Amino acid sequence: MTTQHITVTVNGEAREADVEPRLLLVHLLRDVFGLTGTHIGCDTSNCGACTIHVDGESAKSCTMLAVQADGRSITTIEGMASGATLHPLQQAFWDQHGLQCGFCTPGMIRQAAWLLGQNADPSEAEIREGISGNLCRCTGYVNIVKSIQQAAGEMRTAAETQVGAQPVAAS
Amino acid sequence: MIPGQFDYVRPADMAETLRILKDREGEAKLLSGGYSLLPLIKLRLAQPALLVDLRDVAGLDGIAETDDYLRIGARATHRQIHEMPMVRDRYPLLHDVTAVIGDPQVRNWGTIGGSVAHADPASDWPAVLLATSSTIICRSQSRERAIAAREFFLDTFTTAIEPTEVLTEIRIPRRPRGAGGAYQKLERKVGDFATVGVAAVVRLGANGRIESAGIGLTGVAETPFAATDAEAILAGNAPAEELFRKAAAAAGAQSRPAGDVRGPVEYKRAMAAELTVRALRTAVERALANA
Amino acid sequence: MTTETTPRTSPEIGGMGHSVKRKEDPRFIRGAGEYIDDLVLPGMLWLDIVRSPYAHATIKGIDASEALKIPGVLAVITGADLEKAGLHWMPTLAGDKQMVLPTTTVMYQSQEVAAVVATSRYIAADGVAAVLVDYEPLPVIVDPHKALEPGAMVLRPDRAADKQTNRIWHWESGDAAKTDAALAAADVRVSEDIYIPRIHVASIETCGCIADWDAVRGQMTLHMTSQAPHAIRTVLALVSGLPEQNIRVKTHDMGGGFGGKVPVYPGYVLAVVASLTVGKPVKWIEDRSENLQADSFARDYHIHAELGATKAGKITSLKVKTIADHGYTDAAADPSKFPAGLFNVITGSYDFDNAFVEVDGVYTNKPPGGVAYRCSFRVTEAVHAIERMVDILAHDIGKDPAQLRMENFIQPEQFPYKTPTGWEYDSGNYGVALQKAMDMIGYDDLRKEQAAKRAKGELMGIGISSFTEIVGAGPSHDFDIIGLKMFDSCEIRVHPTGKVLARIGVQTTGQGHETTFAQIIAEELGFPVGDIKIEYGDTDTAPYGLGTYASRSTPVAGAATAMAARKIRDKARKLAAHLLEASEEDLEWEPGKFSVKGSPDRFKTIQEIAFAAYTNHPAGMEAGLEAVDYYDPPNLTFPFGSYICVVDIDKGTGQVHIRRFVAVDDCGNIINPMIVDGQIHGGLTMGLAPSLYEAITYDELGNNLAGTFMDYLVPTAVETPAWETGKTITPSPHHPLGAKGVGESATVGAPPAIANAVVDALWHLGVRNVDIPMTPQKIWAILHEKGIS
Repeated sequence: MTTQHITVTVNGEAREADVEPRLLLVHLLRDVFGLTGTHIGCDTSNCGACTIHVDGESAKSCTMLAVQADGRSITTIEGMASGATLHPLQQAFWDQHGLQCGFCTPGMIRQAAWLLGQNADPSEAEIREGISGNLCRCTGYVNIVKSIQQAAGEMRTAAETQVGAQPVAAS
Repeated sequence: MIPGQFDYVRPADMAETLRILKDREGEAKLLSGGYSLLPLIKLRLAQPALLVDLRDVAGLDGIAETDDYLRIGARATHRQIHEMPMVRDRYPLLHDVTAVIGDPQVRNWGTIGGSVAHADPASDWPAVLLATSSTIICRSQSRERAIAAREFFLDTFTTAIEPTEVLTEIRIPRRPRGAGGAYQKLERKVGDFATVGVAAVVRLGANGRIESAGIGLTGVAETPFAATDAEAILAGNAPAEELFRKAAAAAGAQSRPAGDVRGPVEYKRAMAAELTVRALRTAVERALANA
Repeated sequence: MTTETTPRTSPEIGGMGHSVKRKEDPRFIRGAGEYIDDLVLPGMLWLDIVRSPYAHATIKGIDASEALKIPGVLAVITGADLEKAGLHWMPTLAGDKQMVLPTTTVMYQSQEVAAVVATSRYIAADGVAAVLVDYEPLPVIVDPHKALEPGAMVLRPDRAADKQTNRIWHWESGDAAKTDAALAAADVRVSEDIYIPRIHVASIETCGCIADWDAVRGQMTLHMTSQAPHAIRTVLALVSGLPEQNIRVKTHDMGGGFGGKVPVYPGYVLAVVASLTVGKPVKWIEDRSENLQADSFARDYHIHAELGATKAGKITSLKVKTIADHGYTDAAADPSKFPAGLFNVITGSYDFDNAFVEVDGVYTNKPPGGVAYRCSFRVTEAVHAIERMVDILAHDIGKDPAQLRMENFIQPEQFPYKTPTGWEYDSGNYGVALQKAMDMIGYDDLRKEQAAKRAKGELMGIGISSFTEIVGAGPSHDFDIIGLKMFDSCEIRVHPTGKVLARIGVQTTGQGHETTFAQIIAEELGFPVGDIKIEYGDTDTAPYGLGTYASRSTPVAGAATAMAARKIRDKARKLAAHLLEASEEDLEWEPGKFSVKGSPDRFKTIQEIAFAAYTNHPAGMEAGLEAVDYYDPPNLTFPFGSYICVVDIDKGTGQVHIRRFVAVDDCGNIINPMIVDGQIHGGLTMGLAPSLYEAITYDELGNNLAGTFMDYLVPTAVETPAWETGKTITPSPHHPLGAKGVGESATVGAPPAIANAVVDALWHLGVRNVDIPMTPQKIWAILHEKGIS
């Protein structure tokens, strides 16, 4: 069984691995790199639990091969908080009860981060459409929408008040 | 779901890609965004021996208008197309389509070329290419050729592309004055493949009559097809609800749907007609706004 | 009747009524949860399962030779291997038996046929693909009505000679003769066939386990996705013969349960067998297709109902006959005495004397099961039927459905109310809840709008559901599962520094037990909620409990927690009396301290008392401050609510659009309002799902037509409306906290509100019923038939 050598930047850190071409990116992250925050909920790229960012674009890591990530930069849920400081989206999901079992949460938060990077002030309809590739079975989405609205507001405020300073990154 | 084993290469350029396709004819499968192909590989419904990743191949990207057509590189993602201001402003039909393909993640990575080459009988792009009488450009080591969309989709997951060819770009005719188009999709829930998808374009003459019309349907036959009977009914007539209904009935009649989980044959035919009416209404509105 | 719980404790303490932010969330929002597939043990192997493509077939042979040639494939386990150890069958919770692996015949598509043990996830999958099974297809029965026809092929010839039929059991409740007489005497009779299709809980995390056999220590540790770990431990002990003290069942974070993680699936057993065989940890994680195609289903009830009433619309009688499709074995997760669950709660929120319910369980070539899909033992089926029937009655006699309900509701003064099928409802105030929902949604204006729209040919409908739930199983005189009485438990230990560790017999799958159970203790003892740690899901440490399903956590284990806390408070009173040199009777309790009556400055905090329990307890008193309680509830609890749904129907496509949905719920006293709202939002969405989207259907060959998330249509945020919620509060008189269950109310209450709205939009066309899911193709077919579309 032939393997290929890949180099991937994961949450800012260069990682290397020898992988079979068929290895799914989500299994590279979970089984090889031990980053188990990214989950698997289906086989058919419907549920979005495995959502991460690849070169800044949200992607379903169950529908991407590890070899496709060679030379790319990946951000997972583990790369969002800086130390004890939560990302505004993480904080908002906590504040607004935007999660219950927590299984869809990492993918949902990653997708929300991508969405807010595209659109800093989304309407409720735009939020609902923006997370339509992510299934949640527990919350009925009401509080997820509220969480994203809270984070959007805080991130806009932070961006406005930090003139000249580093704005809060979307990812 | 775990894929079976395969080899993977990432050629540096088009020449290398074409050489690999020639050397491994019939064994190699091109990988673009992967959102159509990888689910099939995971379900072990497709088991290619070799995946050829087009990621590093230059010249397959870009979206731009020439004097005659809108050129979309095969590796343009649905989202890149969606976000082009020129597409949004001048090609609302395309903007309709790029809003409803899959979900946001799929649109981030899925490409127009991958989708068209995959030729799922319920995918969205083919309906548009059929309605607009677009052209699909393919290259092999020996030649580059232009294939009319209306001669491209041969059967379920089967197109006119040869195993040694790469689909390089899509050419959609420039939208002239007085023309408008729209895409209507009926899906069981957001992100689903189309139960029925209808793309319609009309071009109005100075007299207000429909000079020409193009209608592409997806989901209602073994492969997407052009509703030529409906087009013929529309041509030369003044746009009106009754005319749309007549054309739509012809589109429904020309459909060859299979009864399945998305509905029985009678329902799908009726939906093909209903969505044709709705697409025509919007297409004419847009044509009038573009007069 | 109130609409909110006024907290007795300060926000710092965070007892009942405070929307305390969840204590479990910091790990989840960082991706630091630990779900079963996140767990890796040293030397761990992988198990993957070969499954049948046929719904009914004879296995002529299994050839594992190619699979065993793959490097890394260590073993292939077949039914013949298990038969040698007598492990090829296992008992079901319903007293039937289920194949772990077949020796001769497969009975449903995707049934387990063989298991491959390998050194990695990928190699195990390759092994599965390489096992060759020779099948000879047999005729298939998918329709339970056909299964009951005379001469039908007997699917389970292994049953006793007097049971050579596909009827599993027949169950009755109520008085048939009285009900027949009342129906015969009724001015108005309405009857309807209502089918509630098979659906699947589809928690986003599938099922899985790691079985870890330590041969040296004789210890089996089973890490698994289970809503009832203690019951699993006992079953495993009884089936395997391993001593129960050497079996440890441990759950981890779980990505949803909804009833689907109650049963024992063959995959768990195979992992246990594999680990016992190879002496290493063996992990089994099912994928989504396996989850949807083989795990226990919910619903699948074919109901015929007849409702009798007076001319004025006073309900007098209800008769219900039901065919229950159980698949090839009865593996329903119901209490032993209740083969059809609590389906006879079907008289609902209405006051009448005559009811008779009968149910026949039937075998077919489908996966077994009969789990809840977020409801308490068939109450969803019951509520759907009665709420549909009441609506049909209202339309038939031309009375507003809200008015008809108001006139038939059990009145507040009638509680506790004995139903004609034997239940005793604890408390309710139905009219107030319905009126509140009507006020919130603007009911009268909507009816006017509907009339105007109908005049223009537009299809708009308004649907009501006024449901009564039955949750919190249950009292030991009636409720057991495989003989285990359905009590539940809590053990509280107060540490010397005034910090608390509590362990409960129930199991969270996302409900927030780590927070709400801490709030109960905060309420009862006055420790700040942040000082209280809640543990569960480890059978080596947690007290025995029957687990979380059927909304029983708060009604049973919540009560146990309050009672255990009160035992601690009783001891704390004695300690305080000692410390304050006062008599116990002279002490006054407020959350967090005892003080001497009339001398409020003479007090001891609960933290000071805790310290004294270890440092300064009086002579003759045991040291320490801990208590355990096993709570046997005197009755179930009966949450209720009224929901109103407004729909617009696209005449061209048959698509149903939910414009508004108002849900007024009453679950008694509320522990955490934020969490209760979240439970209702989620429950409503799982009520929406089968109403419009989800169903597991089969073709005539028994092929599952919704075996992936491409075709099993779990709603996204786009399909899901912005739910509007309201509350009334009618405490349970028998629960120590006045609380009832809430996790499932909305799943139970929502479908008939949506169905009633759709039928309301179509009634003037002659439509009396539309079975769920009310898909566009189904609605379009109706409209087409009526000449509308």
